[in-house]
Amino acid sequence: MSNTRGASVVFDGVQKSYDGENLVVKNLNLDIAHGEFLTMLGPSGSGKTTCLMMLAGFEPATHGEIYLNGNPINNVPPHKRGIGMVFQNYALFPHMSVAENLAFPLKVRGMGKAESEERINRALDMVELGAFGSRRPAQLSGGQQQRVAVARALVFDPELVLMDEPLGALDKQLREQMQYEIKHIHDNLGVTVVYVTHDQTEALTMSDRVAVFNDGIIQQLSPPDVLYESPDNSFVAQFIGENNKLAGSVVEIGKGVCTVKLDDGTIVQADPVNVHNVGDRTSVSLRPERIEVAPDNSPDNLVDGKIEEMIYLGDHIRVRMNVAGNNEFIVKVRNRRDKRPISAGDVVKVGWDAADAKALDEAI
Amino acid sequence: MSSSETMSVEEQLAAGQTEDGIVRAADGTPLKARLAKALRREKLRSFLMISPLLLFIVLSFLMPIGDMLLRSVENKIVQNTLPTVVQELERWDPASEELPDEATFAALATDLKIAVKERIHTRLGSRLNYEQSGFSGLFRSTGRAVRKMEEGPYKEQFIKADEDWGKLQTWVVLDSFKAPYTAGYFLNAVDAENTVDGVQMKAENERIYIQLFIRTMWMSLAITFMCLLLGYPVAYLLAHLPARTSNMLMILVLLPFWTSLLVRTSAWKVLLQGQGVINDLLVWVGFVDDADRLVLINNQTGTIIAMTHILLPFMILPLYSVMKTISPTYVRAAKSMGANDWTSFWKVYFPQSVPGIGAGAILVFILAIGYYITPALVGGTSGIFISNRIAFHISTSLNWGLAAALGAILLVLVLLLFYVYDKIVGIDNVKLG
Repeated sequence: MSNTRGASVVFDGVQKSYDGENLVVKNLNLDIAHGEFLTMLGPSGSGKTTCLMMLAGFEPATHGEIYLNGNPINNVPPHKRGIGMVFQNYALFPHMSVAENLAFPLKVRGMGKAESEERINRALDMVELGAFGSRRPAQLSGGQQQRVAVARALVFDPELVLMDEPLGALDKQLREQMQYEIKHIHDNLGVTVVYVTHDQTEALTMSDRVAVFNDGIIQQLSPPDVLYESPDNSFVAQFIGENNKLAGSVVEIGKGVCTVKLDDGTIVQADPVNVHNVGDRTSVSLRPERIEVAPDNSPDNLVDGKIEEMIYLGDHIRVRMNVAGNNEFIVKVRNRRDKRPISAGDVVKVGWDAADAKALDEAI
Repeated sequence: MSSSETMSVEEQLAAGQTEDGIVRAADGTPLKARLAKALRREKLRSFLMISPLLLFIVLSFLMPIGDMLLRSVENKIVQNTLPTVVQELERWDPASEELPDEATFAALATDLKIAVKERIHTRLGSRLNYEQSGFSGLFRSTGRAVRKMEEGPYKEQFIKADEDWGKLQTWVVLDSFKAPYTAGYFLNAVDAENTVDGVQMKAENERIYIQLFIRTMWMSLAITFMCLLLGYPVAYLLAHLPARTSNMLMILVLLPFWTSLLVRTSAWKVLLQGQGVINDLLVWVGFVDDADRLVLINNQTGTIIAMTHILLPFMILPLYSVMKTISPTYVRAAKSMGANDWTSFWKVYFPQSVPGIGAGAILVFILAIGYYITPALVGGTSGIFISNRIAFHISTSLNWGLAAALGAILLVLVLLLFYVYDKIVGIDNVKLG
């Protein structure tokens, strides 16, 4: 993030309402650093796309101010903001060839023909579509259209590029490939990227930081690993990755560890993330890969679980168990040769460390 | 050894391969024939489903139109009424500048006597009167005289009965219309006529149809252009306003559709006339002096105003349905790339709305070029269309042949324009929804 080519963005107390009754974005404060790749992640209707549209200038902020490189831009029309944008369905102009599409932002800037041709070629080479300049968008595959859209958003050297679910229309394999390509382009050019998606894998693989949106509020703003391993609340824990929930109440709270009495009476140790008082209702969150079946060592928590179902997935076995009254309790068992055989109907010991069990607010 | 040689015959058949290269089905018949057979039943069913409509169209539409168009060239009346004269005229050469011989006049007497008995000679008179005025009177007076005519020589008796029989032009006309089919109606429809010296344009002051065709064309173009100018912004609003507002607006657009055409045209009469609402308003505001009120009706202005209003929905609806499919992200994309409002409209939005313009323009133009009621009511004499003239010949002058010829020319003109349009815009680019 030492790169200085990218722009910085600040959302300062931004609110947005469409109907004057409900706030779609509630008091958004967000600093995006120079050259950062920031992803806005959230379910549909969480306000992430609205934030992007306010930044692009297509929606006015109802309250608050947005700064680009330190300058307020609320009153700057979209075409003067100099922000590149990749749209969900690419929005390639169907009546122009690929090269004409790329020439469009250069032409409106009054760039000379020689320079603009050089830039178009460079941009097309960057996305490996050098030979496709004369084609119409309709003659390209979805993945190629996607690349053209990226090239078009970058061809006029913007300091900030916005991407609104750009990979949503691609199939899984292509999507993964494009994730890496976009990431590489970002690394090479050093532009600031604000990326909107509802796909958590996309967010985790590409971003420097992820802002998880729900209900118009940023629930957590962290690098991907922190987001996954230390969720701030049960929404984030549930939204990012797979997650087991055990509902209960706090019976004792200390420094870095608390004791929770689950609803079926089981007592477990957990990391108190956002429980503060004895008696608080809580949802203990556990990642499936952090649980061991019949552990050799002695973890902080060891409870009985009945195996309900086993699904063979090659590299691991997905075991659905009934643990402490929750029969959707998922454990991922690594597929090891020396592992003791287990089968559905068995009652086995499952264990996990207190640090891996996050005592969060009560799940809705 | 190639793979096909290692296969048994059954395997080859199953794979659809044969030595002669024709792909065959499992039983050995060519696959194409097989497929055609399989599809035949489908085709037959489709045909049966549309056949009632087809029959209806053929009987009630195509056949009457064909019959009508045939009338533009059909000319059996001369042959039917004066059969022997037509035979005698075969020997006559109009270029000789001499009247036909006595035998022809004798034949005329024979034919006319029969015709008078059957009372069909006046009908021929009015038919030929379309080509040259005077024929109607000629046949009526000769019809009376021929009954009292004595046996031979007839030439002088006829000339005595009506001196027109002694004029070369009379016989030229008769000669040129003796054939069962004639180009006379079409010549007439383009202000030309057949004279002794061949086909010539009529005198300057007798020409009306070419001028009328040109007027019909340019006024239809003007109406199309006005509709586009007024309809485009409305269609844009319809396509891009929130659903509630645009539905309301849509009702306003469709409201004239549900109102009687006559009511709307009459309303324009009230609005546009000299003492009408618009003139009163302009005088009251002071734009126009009371003494010289604007002449807005019974001329071309009136026709253009009223027809633009009436045809506007036909422009708005195709435009709307095309604009509805243009995603707003295109304009957003253009703006994000630095284009201002005008550039993003003109370079990105407008080109994508061209198919709608094409569809609307062609619809309005074709409707306008054949329009009849509105020009008849508000057009006066200078604002009428060719279709008004056609209607006149159908119902008033009863010159159906000329009406058919004018209609055929109009049809060909429209088809020609279609062709030109297809070359320029491309019919594939026309979208109605």
